[in-house]
Parts: sequence; structure tokens; C-alpha cells
Amino acid sequence: MPVSGAWDQLHTVGPAAALFAGAGVVLTADLIDRRAPVRVLTLLALAAGALYTLWHALTGSASGPGLEAFEGAVVLDRFALYFAFLLIAVTAAVTVVAAEFTSRIEQSGEFHSLLLISAGAMVLLAQANDLIILFVALETTSIAQFVLAGIGRDDRSSEAGLKYLLTGAVSAAVLLYGFALLWGISGATSFDGIAAFVGQGDEGTQLALIFAFVLVTAGLGFKLAIAPFQAWAPDVYQGAPTPVTTFLSVASKAAGFAIVLRVFYAGFGGAGTFISDDWAALFAVLAGVSMTFGNIAAMLQTDVKRLLAYSSIAQAGNIAVGVAAVAAGSTLGPSGVLFFLAAYAATNLGAFIVVIAVSERIGSDQLGDYAGLLKRSPLLSVILVLCLLSLTGIPPTAGFLAKLYVFNAAIQTGETRLVWLVGVAVLNTAIAAFYYLRWARLVVLDEPSDASPVRATISARVLLAVAAAVVLLFGLVPAPLISAAQRAAEVLQSS
Amino acid sequence: MLTLFLLLPLGGAAMLAVTPNERKEEARWIALVFSSLAFAVSAVIFVRFMLELNSDAGVEGYLFIDRFAWINARDAGFDVQYFLGVDGLSAPMVLLTGLLSLVAVLISWRIELRVREYFIWLLVLETAVAGVFMSLDLIQFFLFWELELLPMYMLISIWGSGRKEYSAMKFLLFTIAGSAFMLLAFLVLGLSADSFDIEVLTANPPAETIVPLSLLFWGVMAAFLVKLPVFPVHTWLPDAHTDAPTAVSVLLAGVLLKMGGYGILRIALPVLPGEARDFRYVLAAIAAVSVVYGAVLTLRQTDLKRLVAYSSVSHMGYVLLGVATMGAVGMSGAALQMFTHGTITGLLFIMVGLVYDRTHTREIPEMSGLMHRMPVIGAVMLIAGLASLGLPALSGFVAEVTIFLGAIAEHPAATIAAVFGVVLAAGYILWAVERVFMGPPSDRWAHLDDATGWWERLAMGGMVLSIVAVGIFPRILTDAVESGIAPIAAIVGAA
Repeated sequence: MPVSGAWDQLHTVGPAAALFAGAGVVLTADLIDRRAPVRVLTLLALAAGALYTLWHALTGSASGPGLEAFEGAVVLDRFALYFAFLLIAVTAAVTVVAAEFTSRIEQSGEFHSLLLISAGAMVLLAQANDLIILFVALETTSIAQFVLAGIGRDDRSSEAGLKYLLTGAVSAAVLLYGFALLWGISGATSFDGIAAFVGQGDEGTQLALIFAFVLVTAGLGFKLAIAPFQAWAPDVYQGAPTPVTTFLSVASKAAGFAIVLRVFYAGFGGAGTFISDDWAALFAVLAGVSMTFGNIAAMLQTDVKRLLAYSSIAQAGNIAVGVAAVAAGSTLGPSGVLFFLAAYAATNLGAFIVVIAVSERIGSDQLGDYAGLLKRSPLLSVILVLCLLSLTGIPPTAGFLAKLYVFNAAIQTGETRLVWLVGVAVLNTAIAAFYYLRWARLVVLDEPSDASPVRATISARVLLAVAAAVVLLFGLVPAPLISAAQRAAEVLQSS
Repeated sequence: MLTLFLLLPLGGAAMLAVTPNERKEEARWIALVFSSLAFAVSAVIFVRFMLELNSDAGVEGYLFIDRFAWINARDAGFDVQYFLGVDGLSAPMVLLTGLLSLVAVLISWRIELRVREYFIWLLVLETAVAGVFMSLDLIQFFLFWELELLPMYMLISIWGSGRKEYSAMKFLLFTIAGSAFMLLAFLVLGLSADSFDIEVLTANPPAETIVPLSLLFWGVMAAFLVKLPVFPVHTWLPDAHTDAPTAVSVLLAGVLLKMGGYGILRIALPVLPGEARDFRYVLAAIAAVSVVYGAVLTLRQTDLKRLVAYSSVSHMGYVLLGVATMGAVGMSGAALQMFTHGTITGLLFIMVGLVYDRTHTREIPEMSGLMHRMPVIGAVMLIAGLASLGLPALSGFVAEVTIFLGAIAEHPAATIAAVFGVVLAAGYILWAVERVFMGPPSDRWAHLDDATGWWERLAMGGMVLSIVAVGIFPRILTDAVESGIAPIAAIVGAA
């Protein structure tokens, strides 16, 4: 339903606007007084964004096809709300665990405002219904992240920032090239216009369309950190301050998959068009390559942040199985991807919070320094092991169900090549088990070289408890999250 | 009631989790109380099942059903139930799980290292195994199947000996690789029948799926054959057994291997009866090779525990031979063998453990004349050994004779090979007992005690009782097993 009037239109982008406004407030407060409580302001802004999202959800303004604003460039639907909740929750968690890091650096104000800008842009990204808005939102979040990656004042962080910037710039160019091609063929920048054109099924344009979506996928693949567009990830993950790494690996990946789903459904007309088969093949290949490469490389790592970087590349492959299923016409695919992203967010957040807490105490990210962590901090160890199990996909965790969900979605399409893909995926689980459980073994089994206790801050402990509860809860009682994911995905399939 | 059996060990584990670390004695008693309660429940389940079976109405289908929808996305083809039930095939397995778990707690009384954690993992393992034997939904079955991995991994790698970490990882990777194919096959089966319900799948075996049925059959069998295990995927077993603590060896041989045989009878045969029939000669050949190869390797072992471990490979070959007959008699024999091997080999591992506790060596050439120092241990070892080689009036005889009777018409060559395996079994068992217990007493072992702990005597007594009871009065088992096998044999026979 289109809305007009300036306020009504602003209303549809309320959650993002709240975050942007918060960024402004944080920056101003920091200018006035460097001791301003920027973290509290950030959390307030995030709370405002969450409340705004909740209001949209409760008043039902996003139900059905949702609201369209700005000439249809922005939509507000359940899909967008699902991601708004997810992204805001992740950003709030990152803000809290970054406390110790931000109290050390001088640019605390900048850090928080950039975090808000990046999060706001991602929320907007999930609402984008037009190539231009998509690109603007994508670049806003990316540029904020480039600076965040380089904000730690050491060489590694600067190198990470620069690497991220350079690869980001190239991928943006590739993405723009794809967009230009799309616009050239279809004459529209709005997803509806492109979908209408694709719907005509003009065989003569097939090759050009394939070329366009390969370029778009390559550009977005950078955000997803999916092989073969992953080269930046290990260095940036390792070099960037760990809270920023957390943000990149959880929020950025979720937003990336949100836009992939949106572009595919709204922009390319969903499954059953004359190019959806090619799209399915593309993602099936990306999925297989990414999980195999990510897992094999992760086995060789000795730095936990690099290990998690490669693991996140492998996980992107798992999620891409769901995307391939979507394109092959699975009705379970979209909700499977959404379920996976939420489960992955809770799991990876938990793992990263432990990594942050440990590196703040012992000043190391080396895998070997996790030896005997159980004796030094039972709480951190138990939750880390739980998260590693969830990443492997061992019950009774959310990660197990997430994998089951997307694999089932792929099988449900009844396509033989997707069965092969799932075959590759389940074998990859065995590889993944090797390095995840090797880490868990170090934590539980080995003798610590230094038996001094490792204490996490109170807020980190609370967050860890929440993350662990979510991982277990959605592993045992998945029904609420599944129904939320399905309702969020409905809007895509009906469009 | 079945849910109670699942929850009791978990409740014990939860209670142990909040028990202070130092209170070792208390942890032991908590584990003992909860595993005794669980054993009592399993006994009640078995007795009530037998009463129903002997009543006028008899037993049709499954008893004591606990059932509700767990993941309900029916229209999208993702429908998973919590569905527990027992029939004549699973009731003895449930009893066996309860019995051996209690025995495992008893013989772990002297564990001093991380007592609390040890019993937590042991109890979680009991729940996982019990879940496998009672699940009637493919996904739920798979969930419990995977849940068993982590406790086993921890138990072997923390409380084991020798190359324990290598063995634990080998066990884990073999199992995960096998179950990867099983999951894939389960998902395809779920698609073809639009349900993961084992009852539904058994009633209407799928005629055609997107994957050739024969591939599907071997996908399911991959997990079960690894678990059973048979040649050539048995190599994890001797390592895992040798390096595991005694109680874990007991559970591994006693119930975990049975998950493989149970899975074949419960899922592979009734759901894919045509393929099972087609491949019955292949299965019989694998079985014969396993029996003979396992027995020959057993003869050559000098490590007492490794000897018993290899004898398991040989004995599990009989199970597969019974299954390969595809007839009611042979399959009943296989199911009987699963139970009797569980008690006999469980007892053998206990005895090996008791001997090792005293001598601190497992090298057979180093031992001699132990009978003089430990007459009780020697006598029980002899009983277990005689039962293992199939002496009449002990339970092993009943099972093996039933298998051979069922198999001789269908697979004469494989049966003759397997009977030869019995001869070898007599050789390796008696030779081992002779070398260890008979002969002149050696001064080196003059200071050793017999089994004096109440927990040791209780564990031994219970196991001997079950072996003799089933040997003299096999009907307590055969009636149940035959009622469980009859419908399966009918399905496979008709295919």
C-alpha cells in the first residue's frame, strides 16, 4: 500500500531514522563534552529504534504487502521488521561488549556514532525496494564499517581498515556495473519495474540478465563474505578490533542475505521465472565452494579470529544452500534462511563475546591460549563449547535445527543437483566438527599454562547467558522462531 | 513413561551440574540414584510390555506412545514430531540401556578425576541412547543419534588412556561422516512420503524418490554399518574401546553398537524393503568377512581389552548375517544377539577393567595364574567367556543358533564361514582365559586382591544373572523380539 505525505513516509523508515538521529546526538554530545555517556546514548537510540519497530509490528502497519513510501523506493513489511529486530539486537550486544574496548580508545564518540550509522543503514537496506536506495544504504553501512575496522590505533587495525576499504570499493564498482546493466536492459531502477520486465520472459535478454545478476551477486558476495569473494575477510576479521569483527560477521552478513533475498524475489521475480534456474545454479556453486573452502582453511588456523573468519565463510555457504533452494522454488527456503541467520547471530555473538572477554584478560587470540579455559572460567568455557556445538550443528542447539531447516528446504525442491549440494554440505559438517571440536577439546581437556582465573565483566556475562539461552531455546523449542521467520518470508513469496 | 525414562538421567545430570565440585561422594550417589531410577523405569516398561504381549489382546504396533508436534510447518513440508513408542524390538533394548547404564555407574565408583563431569556425561549418554531406541520420527531419531557424540567424545578423551584424544576424534569423525549420509537419505525419504514418521514410512515404503532408492539404502546403511561396525569401517572401534574407560567400553559395546543393528531393523529394512532384499547377498558377504576377519584379528591380540574389542567386530558380524536373511528367524536371532552380546561383552569389559585395575597392565603375556589371587573375577570371566563363545545354557548360544538356523538356507556359504567364526571364538576366548588366569601363580601378582567392592560384586552379579537367565529361559526375550520382528519380516518378505 503506497503512502503519501512527508510524515507518513518518514514513519515507514522510523527505526532507521531513530538510529541515524541517535548517531547525530552521540556525535554532538561527544563534541560538547568528551566525557559524555555516549554508550548510554547509543543504547537509548537502539532502544528507540527497537520500540519503533515493535510499534510497527503491533499496529500491523507492516502486515500483508506492507507500506510503500518514497515512490515505492522503500517498503515496510514483516520481512524488513524481522531484520530490523535482528540487526538492532546484534548492534546493542556489540555496543555492550565493546565497553572495555571503547574506554581505551579516544574516539569513543566516533565509534558509537559510526556503529549507529552502519546499523541504521542496514535496517534501511532490508527495506530497500529500488536499486538506488539499495546502493546508497549499502555504501553508507560499508563506509562506516571501513572506518570502524581501522579504528583500533595499531598497524593491524589500520591495515584491516584499508584492505576492507579497497576490496569494498572494487566490489561496489562491480555491483554498480551490474545495476547499470540491469537498468540498461529493463529501463527501471525499482525492483517492481525490473520484476515486471523479467516477467515478460524475453529470451533475448536472458544472457544479459544472467550477466547482470552475476555482477550483482559478486558485489553482494563481498558483504556476505562468501567464497570466492571472501579474500578480505580473514585479514580484516583478525586485524579489526574484536567488537567490530563481531559486528561484521553477524550483522553485516545478515543484512547481506536480507538484500540477496529481496533482490531475488522483488527484483528478479522470485522462483519460476526463466532465469531462476540460473540463479539457483549460481548459488548452489557458491554454496559448495564457500563451505568447502572455508572449512578446509579453518582447519589450518591458529588464531581464533581467523578461524572464526573462515568458519563464517563456511557458514555463508550453508546459508547459500537455503538461497539456492529459494531459487529452485522451495517454499521453505526463505524462512530457512531467516531462521539460520537468527540462530547464527545468537551463536556467533556468543562465541565472539567469549573471544572478546578472553582477549581483554589474557591479551591473546591464539588458539593455544584457550587451553584449559574450563579451569580458569567455567562460565565462558561452557558457553563457548555450546556455541561451538551450535556452529557444528550438533543437537540440541539452534545451529542443528538451522542446518536441518535449510538442508530440508533444498531437498524439498526435489532437484537432484540440490541433493548433491546437500551431500557436499553434510560432509562438510564432518570437517567442521574437526576444528570446532578441537577448539572445544582444548578448552575442556587441556591443562592451562597459567591457572589464573579469567573473569568477564558483569554485562558480558549477562549477554552470554542470553545468547546461550537463545541457542538452547531455539534448539529445543524452535516453533516461535520458525513461525516468525515464516511470516516474515510470506511477503516475499506473495510479491 | 518413555519420556520419564528420557528425563530421569537428564534430571540427574542437571542436579550434578549444580553440585559443588569437591563433593565427589555425593556426585556418585546422585548418579547412582538417578540411574537406578532409570533402570527401574526401563524394567517397568519391559515388564508391562511383556504383560501386554501375553494378554489376550496381544500387541499391535507400538505401546506407551508419547507424541506431539515439535516443528509444525506442515504445508511447507517440514513437520517433525516428538514421537516415542516401544515394540518388541525396542523394549529389550530399552531394558538393556537401563541395565548397562546402572552397571556403568557402579563400575565407575573408583573414578577420582573430575567425578561430577564424568557422571554428567554418562547420564547424558544414557538419555541419548535411550532416545535412539524409542524415537519413531526420523528427525528425532537423528537428533538423539547425534546427541550421543559429544558425551562419548568427552568420556573417551578425558577419562580414557593411551592415545585417547586420537581415538575419541576418530570415533567422532567416523560417526559424523556416516550419519551425514543418513541425514541426507532421511531428508529425501521425508520428501517422498511427506512425513518423517517412521510408522507412516513403514506402512507405505516409498516407491520412487528423486535419488535412486539403492543410493538411499546405502546412505542410511552408511551410518548403521559404521556404528555396528563391520569390515571395512570397523577401524575406529578397537581404538575407541582400548582407550575408553571401562564403563564407557561397557556402554559402547553394550548399547551403542546396538544402535547400528537396531537402526537397520527399525528403518533401513522396513522403509526400503525392496533394496534390502536386492542387496541381501552383499550384506551377507560383508557379515561373513566381518565374522572371520574379526575373529582372526582377535586371535592375534596380546592386549586383553583389544582382544574383547575385536571380538565385538566378529560378533556384530552375526547380527548383520541374521539381518541379511530377511527372514523372521534370522532377524529375531539378530535382535537376540544384540541383547545378549550387550550383556556378555559388557561383562567381559567389566572383567578386563577389574583385572587392569589390579594389575595395571593389559598385556596378556605378562599375566599368569591370576585365578589363585582372584577366584571370583576369574570365575566370572570364564562364565562371560563361555557365554561369548556360545556355550549352551548361556544366552549367547540361543542367539547364535537362531541366527544360523535362519541363515543356513538363504546364505549357506556365509553361514558356514560364520560357524567357523564360532570355532575361532572358542579358540581366542579359552586361550586368553588360560593365559591370564590359569598356569602357575606368579610372584609379581602375589599382592593382588579379588573383587571386594560392593559395587563391583553388584555389577558382576546382575550381569551374570541376566546371561544365565536368558540362556536357560530364553522365552523372556524371544517372545518380545519375535513380536517386534514379525511385522518387519512381513514387509521385507512381501517386497
